[in-house]
Amino acid sequence: MDRIPILKFGNALLVTIQVDMHDQLATALEEDLTSKIVSHNARGVLIDISALDVVDSFIGRMLDNIAAVSRILDADTVVVGMRPAVAITLVELGLSLTGVKTALNVERGMAMIHDRLAGSEADDADDED
Amino acid sequence: MAAQAGSDVASLVSRNEKTILPEWVEFQKKAGILHTGRISEGELQSQSRNFLHLLHEALTQGGTDTSGSAYEAAKAMLAELSRSRAMQGFSPSETATFIFSLKQPLFNAINRDASLSADQKASTVWTSTMLLDELGLFTLEIFQKSREEVIVRQQREIAELSTPVVKLWEGILALPLIGTLDSQRTQVVMENLLQTIVDDEAEIAIIDITGVPTVDTLTAQHLLKTVAAARLMGADCLISGIRPQIAQTMVHLGVELNVISKASLADAFAVALRQTGRTIVKAKRVEGYTFADKKSGGQDA
Repeated sequence: MDRIPILKFGNALLVTIQVDMHDQLATALEEDLTSKIVSHNARGVLIDISALDVVDSFIGRMLDNIAAVSRILDADTVVVGMRPAVAITLVELGLSLTGVKTALNVERGMAMIHDRLAGSEADDADDED
Repeated sequence: MAAQAGSDVASLVSRNEKTILPEWVEFQKKAGILHTGRISEGELQSQSRNFLHLLHEALTQGGTDTSGSAYEAAKAMLAELSRSRAMQGFSPSETATFIFSLKQPLFNAINRDASLSADQKASTVWTSTMLLDELGLFTLEIFQKSREEVIVRQQREIAELSTPVVKLWEGILALPLIGTLDSQRTQVVMENLLQTIVDDEAEIAIIDITGVPTVDTLTAQHLLKTVAAARLMGADCLISGIRPQIAQTMVHLGVELNVISKASLADAFAVALRQTGRTIVKAKRVEGYTFADKKSGGQDA
């Protein structure tokens, strides 16, 4: 168990973190996710951290990094299901993850990604006209 | 030496108890303790008598060492008295007068005592002064402590009372803040808000600061922290109720809240409704059109 599974879900990738994150796992996830975004041509990344109850500054920075990398690769990152205690910790650590989009649960996160995809498709259609 | 001095004072007290007690009560009355209306003469009498009795016992057993076990009973009584006076709203000097007004009757008794030589009188005066000063300070310390306890309790109650999270609509929460925002309260507010966001699956939280008297850089930082934490949970925050003077102060201080802010809670609520895809429409009143008509009309269609 040295990898966190990354699921393909339509145009989006779905990552559910269900184990305690240690630094190596975080680095591996960052790399895997980057290559999967390219290979699957994904437009959105959804990271569910509802099972995570300890987050340190390293994990916080990893989330920020993933968001930055996927933005370069034209994919949106949405972090969902953060627990109140985790949110308070991150804020106290000074990591407000300004580059990351957030949603309360997977359902809303998916809706956010779909909205964005629908919007960009509409833009594409406009361009073609 | 101390034991000797203690027993000197003790025998003096026991010999002159009959004269010391009324004189003492008289001095306390003269200091105006009864004018405050918080204590009756009977109470004052019995308190003074009890204390004199306990002091006498302590002196006989433990000399003038007030930290010894002999003084426990006397100190316990003083503590009780000072605590109750603190609760009743006595001033510190009124409370301390209880002990310090014992000095003069005691010195008078020493002066009157023919069996003591001048040297003995001087040393007895010194010993009793030291003793009463120590007890007086002890009384004040307890007084102070009980006042602080009251303040701490009130702070806790205020903190509990003033952080409600209100549900305005499906998915829209309001957090009316009242009073000064310090870091401890911010913590409570934040935890409350975030938990309610999870429980109610809220999308938007409106923080209303109408009741916050001043916003300085620290308060603004606390607000921003709360906003950032709510955003991490996936909820948007709006700030409302910034009063004109506060808006001016914030601009002068260079404080910037990088969130949507509205002047009133109503405006913020309207924004929240719009953001969640709702509109408010005025109900149309049509002459002769009742609810029943509408219902049947609907069935027909």
